[in-house]
Amino acid sequence: MPVGRIHSVETFGSVDGPGIRFLIFLQGCALRCRYCHNPDTWKTGAGAEITADELLDRAERYRSYWGKEGGITVSGGEPLLQLDFLTELFEKAKRRGINTCVDTAGQPFKLTEPFISGFRELCRVCDLFLVDIKHIDPVEHRRLTGADNENILQMLTFLSEAGKPVWIRHVLVPGITDDDAYLRRTKQFIDTLSNVKKIEVLPYHSLGVPKWDRLGLEYTLRDTAPPDAERIENAKRILGLTPRP
Amino acid sequence: MREEWRGFKGRIWTEDVNVRDFIQKNYTMYDGDESFLEAPTEATSKLWDRLQELQKEEREKGGVLECETEVISTLTSYGPGYIDESMKELEKVVGLQTDKPLKRAFMPYGGIKMAEQAASTYGYKVNDELVKIFSEYHKTHNQAVFDVYTPEMRRARHSHIITGLPDTYGRGRIVGDYRRVALYGIDFLIKMKKKDWLYCGDRNMSEEHLRLREEIADQIRALEGMKRMAQIYGFDISQPAKNAREAVQWLYFGYLAAIKTQNGAAMSVGRISTFLDIYINRDLEEGTLTESEAQELIDHLVLKFRMVKFARIPSYNELFSGDPVWVTLEMAGIGTDGRHMVTKNDYRFLHTLENMGPSPEPNLTVLWSSRLPENFKKYAAKISVNTSSIQYENDCVMRPVWGDDYSICCCVSATQTGKEIQFFGARANLAKCLNYALNGGIDLNTHEQVGPEIRPVTSEYLDYDEVMHKFNIMMSWLVELYVNTLNLIHYMHDKYYYEAAEMALIDTYTRRTFATGIAGFSHVVDSLCAIKYARVKTIRDEDGLIRDYEVEGDFPRYGNDDERADQIAIWLLKAFMKKVREHHTYRNSEPTTSILTITSNVVYGKATGATPDGRKAFTPFAPGANPSYGAEKNGLLASLNSVAKLPYDYALDGISNTQTISPDALGHDLEERKNTLWHILDGYFDQGAHHLNVNVFGVEKLRDCMEHPEKPEYANFTIRVSGYAVKFIDLTREQQLDVIARTEHKTL
Repeated sequence: MPVGRIHSVETFGSVDGPGIRFLIFLQGCALRCRYCHNPDTWKTGAGAEITADELLDRAERYRSYWGKEGGITVSGGEPLLQLDFLTELFEKAKRRGINTCVDTAGQPFKLTEPFISGFRELCRVCDLFLVDIKHIDPVEHRRLTGADNENILQMLTFLSEAGKPVWIRHVLVPGITDDDAYLRRTKQFIDTLSNVKKIEVLPYHSLGVPKWDRLGLEYTLRDTAPPDAERIENAKRILGLTPRP
Repeated sequence: MREEWRGFKGRIWTEDVNVRDFIQKNYTMYDGDESFLEAPTEATSKLWDRLQELQKEEREKGGVLECETEVISTLTSYGPGYIDESMKELEKVVGLQTDKPLKRAFMPYGGIKMAEQAASTYGYKVNDELVKIFSEYHKTHNQAVFDVYTPEMRRARHSHIITGLPDTYGRGRIVGDYRRVALYGIDFLIKMKKKDWLYCGDRNMSEEHLRLREEIADQIRALEGMKRMAQIYGFDISQPAKNAREAVQWLYFGYLAAIKTQNGAAMSVGRISTFLDIYINRDLEEGTLTESEAQELIDHLVLKFRMVKFARIPSYNELFSGDPVWVTLEMAGIGTDGRHMVTKNDYRFLHTLENMGPSPEPNLTVLWSSRLPENFKKYAAKISVNTSSIQYENDCVMRPVWGDDYSICCCVSATQTGKEIQFFGARANLAKCLNYALNGGIDLNTHEQVGPEIRPVTSEYLDYDEVMHKFNIMMSWLVELYVNTLNLIHYMHDKYYYEAAEMALIDTYTRRTFATGIAGFSHVVDSLCAIKYARVKTIRDEDGLIRDYEVEGDFPRYGNDDERADQIAIWLLKAFMKKVREHHTYRNSEPTTSILTITSNVVYGKATGATPDGRKAFTPFAPGANPSYGAEKNGLLASLNSVAKLPYDYALDGISNTQTISPDALGHDLEERKNTLWHILDGYFDQGAHHLNVNVFGVEKLRDCMEHPEKPEYANFTIRVSGYAVKFIDLTREQQLDVIARTEHKTL
C-alpha cells in the first residue's frame, strides 16, 4: 500500500475547485517557478508520511461543509509525482462518495509507459483537473519554470481526448505572462481543447516571498508588482472570460 | 370575528392571547428570490440622511448628542418627538424615547449614581432635586443590592472574578411580546391581566402571591400608560391594528414603552418579522398597500431601532463597547410542523441593510437551518458578504428546547416569546479562577485573599491531577458565590426596578431562566492542555505567587478539531454547568450558562494575570467561545468544528463564535462568496453548533479605518463582535487593536 508524503492540509479551500474543499498539499515538485508561493513544498522525500485512509478520515471531518459540490483537492508540490498514492487516495475517496480534484502543472506527464497507464487509472477516479498553464511559449516556459511545456500541453490534449473536465488556470505575471500576444496564443491553444469548463486568471502576488527568504533562496521577481485591474481585465478578455466591451 | 381580524384564519388565538397560534395559522412561506424587493422611497432616504447627520453630530460631541437632566423617563413624560420636526409627515412609524432624536433619557431607578455619572461624563448635570429624591427618599436597585452584598461578594466583584453584574442599571434581556399590542389591542390585554389579577392567590395570600398580585397591578398600570403614550402621538391603540401600517406602529409602541422605562443592557424586540408579514400580505392582497410602501414601513421601523439610546457610564462602555442596545430581531427558522418560516418580510428586514446601508442595530439574527430555502440562504449570505451586519443562530438546536416562537433576548440567548423571561447573569472569569486555584485563592493584582485559602501549588512544574483537583475546588467556590450574588441582584431588581411594561406583554405565569456565563474559556482549556500534554514550569514573584509560566514542548489547543483539547473544552463547560445546577436559583428559575463575552473579553483579560497557555498577563481573552488568538493552525473549518462540539444542552444561554473571513478566501466574486458562505453555515450548524458571527473584510480595511475614521465610507462600517454588531469607529482604540490582531493572525 503506497504511503503519501504531504506537506500540509488546509481544511477550508474555496478557490481550488468547485465548492468548499479540503486541500491536501503533497510534498515535492520538480518545477522551479520563479513566483512559486510554496517553495517549501519543492523538496522530495521531505514532509510527513500518511496513508490514504488516514487522510480521508481527516478530510471527512469536514464533509458537512461540502454540500453537493465540494470535496477534496490535491495540490502541492506536484501531485503527479506521487501518482500511485494519488490514484489510491482518489479510488478510496470515490468509494466514500467524495468528489476528487487534482491541481497540477503537469510536469511529470509522459505519453510513455509506465506513466501513461498510471495516469489513465487516475483519470478514472479524478472528477476534475485544475491545470496551470505557466507559459504557452516553450522558451519562456523554461525560463520561468526551468522545464519544457511540451508534455504539459500534451497532457491537456490527452485529457481533452479522454473527455475529462478541466479548469485552466493562468498566473498573470506582469512582464512575463501578461503580454497580449502570449495570451492570444494561450487562448488559441485552449480553443483546441473540448473539455475546458472554466478558465481562471490568477493575478500574481508576492505573499510567498517570506518563505523564499526563510529557505535562503533568491527571489528573482522582487521588483515585479502585482498586475493592475486593467491588465487583469485585459487578460480575462483575451482568454475569453469576459465579453468584449 | 372582529373586523380588524378580517381574512385571518384560526380560532385558538382569537379566544386567548396566543400569537404563535396566529402566526402558524396565517403566515405565507416564501421560496422565491430577492427580485421583488424595492428601493428606498424618497421619504426613507430623506429621513435616513437626516439621521446620519444627527449621528455624525453625536460622534463629534464625543458620543452623546444630548442628555436629559430634568425629567424622569416614564411612558408619558414627553410630548411627541420626531426625527425632524419639519419632516414629521414623512415618518410612517413614529415615537421617540424622549422629545428629541438621540437624546438620552434620565433613568434613575437602576442607580442614581450611575445616572448622574452618565450625564456628567458628557458634561451634563442632573437636577439636584432629582438626585436628592433618589438618594434620600426613593431607594434604587443599586442601593438595595449594596445593602445586602456580603464582603466576599464585594471582593469578588472588585477583583473582577465576577464582572459585568447588572447591579447599577437595568438587567435587560426581557422581551415583551410586542406583537400582542398589534394583534389584540391594549384593552383586551388589560382584560386578560385583570382576570389573572382577580384569581391570583385567591384564599392564599402568601408572600409569593402577594408579590405577583402587585406585579400584575403594575403591569395593568403600564398597559394604561401605553395607551396614553400612543395618544400623545395621536393614536388609539386600545383596539387591534386594522392594517399593516397600524400593526407596525402598534407593535413599535409596545417596544417604545419598554425602552422608555428600562435601560437594560439588552433590549431585544424579538421575533416580529413573520408576524408583520401576515399583515403586509393581507394589505397587498386587498390592494391597499404596494411593495414599495411595505418596504417603507419596514425601513422606517428599522430607522427607529437604529435610534435607541441609553445614557451609559464609561466603565459600562468598556465592557460593551460601541453603544450597543441589542435591539435583537429574528427571522427565518423552521416551524415545529416542518414548514420553513421564511417570509417576504425576512427579505425586507435584511434589505434595510441595502436600502440604508450597514448598521449595528437592530441586531439582525437569522435562525438557520440547512432546510431553509436556498434562495434565502443565498440572500442572507450576500448581505453578510456585503455588510458584515448579521448573525446566525442554529434553529435546529434551539427549536427542540424553545419551540418555534422563541426570541433572542440579548446577543444570542433564546427565550420563548411572551412565555418566559431570562434573568441576565453576566459572567464568571474562569481564567482568573484557575490562577486562584494555583495561588491558594490570592489575587495576583492586589495580593488580596479573595477566594478560599486552599493550599497553593508549591511544585516547580505543574501536575495535571493536582491542578485539576484544586481548580475543581476553586470553581465550586466561585459558582456558589456567583449564583448567590445573582440571586440577590435579581431579587432587588424585581423589587426596585420591575419591568412592568415588558412583563405586561408576557404571560402572568411565566417561566424563568437564570443565566450565568463563562469568560476566559479558551485560555483555561489550552492551559489545562499545556499542563497535561507539555511541561509547564512556574515562575514566581517575590511573595512566592505564581505570576508566569514557561511551557516546554508542544501541546494540543482548542480550535484545531483535535479531540485531546476539545474533550477538555467539553469537560469544562459541563463541569461549570453541573456546579451551577447544584444551587438554588431565584424564583425557581431554571439555570443556564453561556460562553459569550461580548467585548468584555478585553476588560476581563486586562484584569487577569498570565495563564499557562502562554497568554501574557493583563492581555485580552479570546471572545466568547472562540479559540485563542494564534491557536488555530488548521484553518477555519477545523476551528469551527472544535466550537461545534460544545454541547448546546449545557449552554442553553448560548455559545458565541465570531469569525472574520477575508473576501478572497470566500471566492473570486460575489456569486462564489455567497455560495461558499452558506455552505459554511450549513456545515457548521448541521454539526449542532449554536451561533456564528460572520465578518467579511480584510485587515487592511480595519487598519485604514482605524487611522482614517473621518472617511465617509467608514461612517457606517459595521463589524460583528461577540454577540452583537458595532460600528468599528465607535470602538476604543484598544478594542480596535484587539480586533485587528485577531483578524491578522488568520490571514497569515
